[in-house]
Amino acid sequence: MIKELGKWVDDRLPVSHFWNAHLAKYYVPKNFNFWYYFGSILLAVFAIQIVTGIWLAMNYKPSAAEAFNSVEYIMRDVNWGWLIRYMHSTGASFFFIAVYLHMFRGLMYGSYKKPRELIWIFGVLILLTLMAEAFMGYLLPWGQMSFWGAQVIISLFGSIPYIGPDLALWIRGDYVVSDVTLNRFFALHVIALPLVLLFLIGGHIMALHEVGSNNPDGVEIKTNKDEHGKPQDGIPFHPYYTVKDLFGLSVFLFLFAAVIFYWPDGGGKFLEAPNFIPADPLKTPEHIAPVWYFAPHYAILRAIPDKFLGVMAMGSAILILFFLPWLDRNAVKSIRYRSLAFKVVLFSFIVAFLGLGYLGTQPVTYWNTLFSRIFAFIYFGFFVALFLVSKFETTKPVPERVK
Amino acid sequence: MADVPVNPGRRRFLTGSAIAVGAVGAGFATVPFLSSFEPSARAEAAGAPVDVNISKLAEGQMVTVAWRGQPIYVVHRTDKMVEMLPSLDSQLLDPNSAVASQQPKFADNFYRARKKNMFVVIGICTHLGCAPIYRPEVAPKDLGPEWIGGFFCPCHGSKYDMAGRVYKSMPAPLNLLVPDYIFATDDVVRIGVAENKA
Repeated sequence: MIKELGKWVDDRLPVSHFWNAHLAKYYVPKNFNFWYYFGSILLAVFAIQIVTGIWLAMNYKPSAAEAFNSVEYIMRDVNWGWLIRYMHSTGASFFFIAVYLHMFRGLMYGSYKKPRELIWIFGVLILLTLMAEAFMGYLLPWGQMSFWGAQVIISLFGSIPYIGPDLALWIRGDYVVSDVTLNRFFALHVIALPLVLLFLIGGHIMALHEVGSNNPDGVEIKTNKDEHGKPQDGIPFHPYYTVKDLFGLSVFLFLFAAVIFYWPDGGGKFLEAPNFIPADPLKTPEHIAPVWYFAPHYAILRAIPDKFLGVMAMGSAILILFFLPWLDRNAVKSIRYRSLAFKVVLFSFIVAFLGLGYLGTQPVTYWNTLFSRIFAFIYFGFFVALFLVSKFETTKPVPERVK
Repeated sequence: MADVPVNPGRRRFLTGSAIAVGAVGAGFATVPFLSSFEPSARAEAAGAPVDVNISKLAEGQMVTVAWRGQPIYVVHRTDKMVEMLPSLDSQLLDPNSAVASQQPKFADNFYRARKKNMFVVIGICTHLGCAPIYRPEVAPKDLGPEWIGGFFCPCHGSKYDMAGRVYKSMPAPLNLLVPDYIFATDDVVRIGVAENKA
C-alpha cells in the first residue's frame, strides 16, 4: 500500500531521482576528515536560525518604542522565550564560527580551485549576505550597541564620494537611525535576506554536486572510475557521510547547548553588555565595538587614518576573496603537497585574521593601532604573496589515488 | 504552421523589441520600490526647529538637546576657552573653517559661532557618526598633557577642539557641523532656523 503510494508520487515528482542523485548514489571522496563537518553543520544552523527566528517574530515588535521591551518580554514572560532567543543569538555567533572554519578548510585544501571556482564565489556571496543579515538582526533588540553599531556602519556608506550622504539617507530612511530604519531592517532581516541566503545556498550545493567534492588530498576522484562508472575512491554520501555528519552535528550541538545554557552572552562577545541598555540616540557608549565576527574587518577600518580609504580597505578585505581562485596560480590543491612557503603564508594570514579580530574589539590606543596596521598589511599581503609563491613554489608529487 | 515560411529577421526584431520595451517597463517599476526607501513625509516634517533655554547654563557646561533626532550640543565656553582657540591653529586640519559645508556663513569665524561664548554644534562625529564626548578638562590622563579641552570621539579616537575643529591625522575628515540657529531672545537658542525673521 505504502509502496504503491510511493510509486504514485514518484511517477509525478522525481523524489527517488533526487534521493539517488544527491544522497544514495552521490559519490564522495572516502578520505574526508574533521574539516569536512562544517558544511552540513552550517545547513543545520541555518535551519535553527529560521525556526527560532519565526518564533521570535511572533512576540517581537519592530518599533523604536517597543522593540527593547518586547525582547525583555520574550526573555521574561514568554514560555521558553529565553531559550528560543538564546538559541537565535548564540546561533548567529556559531554560524560565523562554522563559516570561518569552513572557509579555512577551503584555503587549506585548495577547494576554491578549478573546477570549483563557482562554488567558492557562491560561498563568498553567502558570507556577504550573512554579514548583512547579522548586521540587520543586531539592530532589532534596539539596545545601545544595536543603535550605535548601525549608526557607524551606515555612516560607512556616507563616505563614498558624491553619492555617499544621499545613499546613507536612503538606507536609513531618516536623518538618523530611527524607528523607520528599525522597521525596514526587520523586514529585510526576516524576509528578504533569508530568501537570498536560501537561493545562494541552493546554488552553492548545486554547483558542488555538479563537480563533486574536493578532499584533503586534493585528488579528483572522478578521474579514477571502475567498470560501473563509479569513482574508485568514492563512497555514497548516504549512508556513509550522513552518519558521519550526524555524529559531527551532535558534537556541535553539544557545544551549542553548553553555551546556550551556561554562557549565553559568551562573556560579552555573543551579547554585548551595552546592548542591555535601551538605545539612546544622544549618547554613544564609552567604548563601542562590533560583535566578534565583524571585528577583523572593523580593525582594518580603524587601522587606516583616512575615512574613505578605511572603508575601501574594509570592503576590499572581503571582495578580494572573490579573486582567490585566480590569485592562486598553482594547480596543486592540498596543503599536504605544497611548499613550506605556502604554509608560512597561510599561517601568517590566519594569525593576522585572529589578531585583527582581537584588536577590533579593543579601544583605540597607540599600540593597538600599530598592530592593526601590521596585521592589515599581512592580511592583504597574503594575497600578493600567494600570487607569487603559487607561481614559483616547488610542490611535492600529488598521488594518483586517495591514500 | 509548418507551411508558413519563417522570417528570422522579423522574429528577431519582435523578440528584441519586446525585451527592450519590457526592460524599460521593469525599470520604471523599480522606481516606487527604491523611492519608498527615502525619508517619508513624516520623517521630513520632524525637522521642526527646537528651542533651548540657556539662562541656567553655567560657564564651562554643556547641554544636549535633540533636533531631527540628532544630538545638538550647546556649550557655554569660558573666556579662557575662547582665547585659547587661535593657539591651536597649527595642529588643526581646517583651522579657518575653509570647508564651507561645515558651518553656516554666520559661524565662519575663528570661534565658529554667533556669540563667542555660546557654541552650538551637531554632536555627530564626522568620521562615522558617533557622539563625541565633551572633555573640557585640561591634560586628563587618557588624553595626554597637551589636551586643553574639546571633544573626543570614543569610537575611533577623533579629537576636536572647543570650536569643534578636528585635529590633524584623525580618522574624522571634517570639523563638526554647526547647524543653523538664531538667538530668539538672549536666553533662548532656536535650532533649525537660519535667520531672524521678525
